[in-house]
Amino acid sequence: MRQILLGDESDNPKPALTGGAHALVNDKLVKWHLVAAIVWLGIAMIGGMLYSLQLLQHWPLPRIAVLSPGRIRMIHTNMVAFGFLTNAFFAMLNWTVPRLTGRRVASDLLGWAILGAWNLIVLGTYIGLHLGEAQAIEWGETPVWIDPLVVVGAILVAIQFYTPIIRSNERSMYVSLWYFSAAFVWLGLTYIMGNFLPQYIVAGNQAGPLLGLYIHDLVGLWVTPMGWGMMYFFVPIILKKPIWSHALSLVGFWGLAFFYPLQGVHHFLGSPIPMFAQYSAVVTTIAIEIVVTTVVINFFMTWRGSEGSLRDSIPIRWFWVGALNYLLTCTQCAFQVTLTFQQVIHFTDWVVGHAHLVMFGVFTFWIFGMIEHLWPKLTGHEWWSEKLRRWHFWLTTIGLAFMVLALTAGGLVDGFMAKGLVPRETILTALRPFWLTRTFTGLFILTGFGCLVVNMIATARVARRAHVDVDYAPYEVLEEQTAGATA
Amino acid sequence: MERFGFVFLVAGLGFFVLAFAISAWIPMLPVAHLEVRTVEQMAAVPPLEFIELKEQYPEAFAKAFGDKPIEEAFAEALRIGHKTYIGEACWHCHSQQVRPWGNDEAQYGQRSFPEEYNNELNMPPLWGTRRIGPDLIRRGGFHSNDWHVAHFYHPPDVAPVSVMPSYHWFYEEDGLTPNKTGLSIIAYVQWLGSWVDTRQENIHGARAIEAAYPAPNLIRPEPPVKAPVQQDDGGMDDGHGEDDYGYGDEDDEYGY
Repeated sequence: MRQILLGDESDNPKPALTGGAHALVNDKLVKWHLVAAIVWLGIAMIGGMLYSLQLLQHWPLPRIAVLSPGRIRMIHTNMVAFGFLTNAFFAMLNWTVPRLTGRRVASDLLGWAILGAWNLIVLGTYIGLHLGEAQAIEWGETPVWIDPLVVVGAILVAIQFYTPIIRSNERSMYVSLWYFSAAFVWLGLTYIMGNFLPQYIVAGNQAGPLLGLYIHDLVGLWVTPMGWGMMYFFVPIILKKPIWSHALSLVGFWGLAFFYPLQGVHHFLGSPIPMFAQYSAVVTTIAIEIVVTTVVINFFMTWRGSEGSLRDSIPIRWFWVGALNYLLTCTQCAFQVTLTFQQVIHFTDWVVGHAHLVMFGVFTFWIFGMIEHLWPKLTGHEWWSEKLRRWHFWLTTIGLAFMVLALTAGGLVDGFMAKGLVPRETILTALRPFWLTRTFTGLFILTGFGCLVVNMIATARVARRAHVDVDYAPYEVLEEQTAGATA
Repeated sequence: MERFGFVFLVAGLGFFVLAFAISAWIPMLPVAHLEVRTVEQMAAVPPLEFIELKEQYPEAFAKAFGDKPIEEAFAEALRIGHKTYIGEACWHCHSQQVRPWGNDEAQYGQRSFPEEYNNELNMPPLWGTRRIGPDLIRRGGFHSNDWHVAHFYHPPDVAPVSVMPSYHWFYEEDGLTPNKTGLSIIAYVQWLGSWVDTRQENIHGARAIEAAYPAPNLIRPEPPVKAPVQQDDGGMDDGHGEDDYGYGDEDDEYGY
C-alpha cells in the first residue's frame, strides 16, 4: 500500500494512468463529474442565498409559484446532497479506485451512463421540487416517481466500482477502499429504507424512526465514508508521506460502521418514538463522536512535520481547516445530542449551523481541497490565478466561520426565548440581526465560489490554448513541466 | 478479496441490518397494533371550520368541490391540503409535534401521542425539525378562517414581523377568494389537532396530566388567550371522554 501511495501516481507500471483509450483512469469522466458538481453547487448556493432573503422579508421573486421560497429551500439541500457532493464523490471514485486497485472500472460506457443518469436524476429532482412535487422526507425530497431511478443509479455505481475492487489482487486493501466498499451497499439500503418504507409501508409513529435513520445515514453512511476515504487518499499523496496510523484509521472504520447506523432516532428526540430508542440513539451518538476523533487525530499526526505545507499548498489548507471543523463538529455533536441541550436547541438555527459546519465546513472544504489538487492535473495546466485561489479560500473560510457563529448564537437565543414562553413575534424580531449576518456571510461564500468558478474556467481555457493539437492534456506532461513545483 | 467480502458482508450488510432492527424495527413493535386510519375515516366528521368555509365562500367552494357531500369534499380537501403542505415545504418551518419538555406543552397544548400520527396523512410523518413559525399540531381552530385567508395571501398583513412567504397562487384572480388549493390548505391546517379536547377544563391536556401524575397541589399554567371552542372531534371515532386520553391507560378511548 505504501508503494501505491508513495510510488506516486505517475510511475504505476501498467496500464498507462491517463490518456489514450486504454488508460487506467478516464480523466474526462472525472472532469465532467467535477463540472456537474460545481454547477449544482452554484445552484444550491444561489438557492440558499435567496432563501435567506425571505427570512429578512425581502423576497426578490414574489408571486411566482414555481419560485416559492419553500421550494427553493428544498432545492438548496437536495442539490447539495445529490447534485454537488455525490457528483464530486463520483469524480473522486473514478480517480482513486483504479489507482488503489490497479484495475480499470467495470466499463467506460457505464461510467458515462452513470454521469448522464445521475445528473438526469438530479435535474428531475430540481424540476420536481420547483413544481411542488416534493416528498415529505428531509434530505430525500426527491419526488416519488424519481426514487426508483436513484436506487438503479446506486446499483450501477456499485457494479462500476466493485468490479475493480474485487478483481484487484492486492493482498491488503487501503483504508479508503474499506470505506468505499461499505458505502455502496449503504447508499442503496439507506435510500430504500428512507424513501420507500415510510411512504408506502408504515405510517406515523412507526415511520418516524425511519426518517431519522434516513437523514442520518445519508450523511453518515454515504457522505462521511466517501469524505473520509477521499481525505485518506489525497492528504498522503499531497504531503508525499503515508498516513500516520493505518490501524487507527481502521478503528475509525469499524466504529463508523457499527455506531453510525444506530443513531438516526436522535433527530426526533422528544417525539412519541419510544424512549428506549431515543436513549440508545443518544448513547451511540456520544460513542461515535469519540471514534470520529480518530480521523482528526490521524489527519493532524500525518500533517505534523509538514507544517510548511499550510503555507505552500492550498489543497492542504482546505483539508486542514476541514479537519479542524470536523473536530469542532464532533465536540458539538456529543453535547447537543443530550436531552438537556435538546430542550433548548432542537427546533432552532443551532441545528442549521451544525449542518452547515459538517456538510460545508468539512466535506465541501475537503472536496475543494481535492479540486485544487486535481484541476491542474485534469486540464494539464497550472491554475490560472494564484490570487483567486487565495481569495476563494479566505472568503469561504471567513464566511463559513461567521455563518456558523451567527446561526449557533441565533439558535441559542431562539431556543431560550421559546423555552421562556416568549411569543413567536418577539423571537422573530430578536433573530433578525442573526439572519442579516447570515446573509452577509452567504455573500462572502458566494463570492469565494465565484473566484473558484472563474479560475476553473480560465485554467481550462488557457490549457486548451496551450495544447492546441492534442484533444486533452495527459497529465504526465504537466508532471514534467512542473516538476518540483508545489501541488 | 477476503477483506472485501468481510467488509461487504459484516460492515456493509450486517451492521446496517442490525442497526435497522434496533433503531427502527424494535421501536415499531409497541405501536404495531395501532390501526392506520384512512383519510376517509378521519374526514367522517368535518370540523366546524370546514363547514364554515363552505358558507363563507359558497361559489369558490362549489367550483372546487362541486356538490359533493361535505365529508367527501373534506376528504379531498385534506389530501390536497396535505400535498400542498409538503410541496410548499411548510413542514420545514413548522413542526407538528409537542414535546414533553422545553415548555412545549405550556405553549402549544397537550403533548403528542402515537395514536394521532397513525394515519394516511402521516406517511411519512410531518414532525418537522425546525420551528421558525409555531408548531401546528394543536393549532386547528386557533385562528379563524378569515385570519387564514388574509394570512396566506400576505402574512405580514396580520403578523407584521412574520417571515412566512406570500402564497398568491392560493387565490382566485381577485386576490380575495381562496381557490381550491387555498381552501384545501386552510381546511388541512384547521384540521390539525381538532381531535384533541381543547375545552377550557382540559387546556394543555391537564386532565391527562392530572391522571398520570396525581399531585395534590398541581399548579396549572395560565390558559392561553383563546375563547373556548366547542369543537367536533374531527373524525376520531368517539366523543371526548370524561377522563384522560388513554395515554398508557387501560381505556381504549380512541377505539384502537
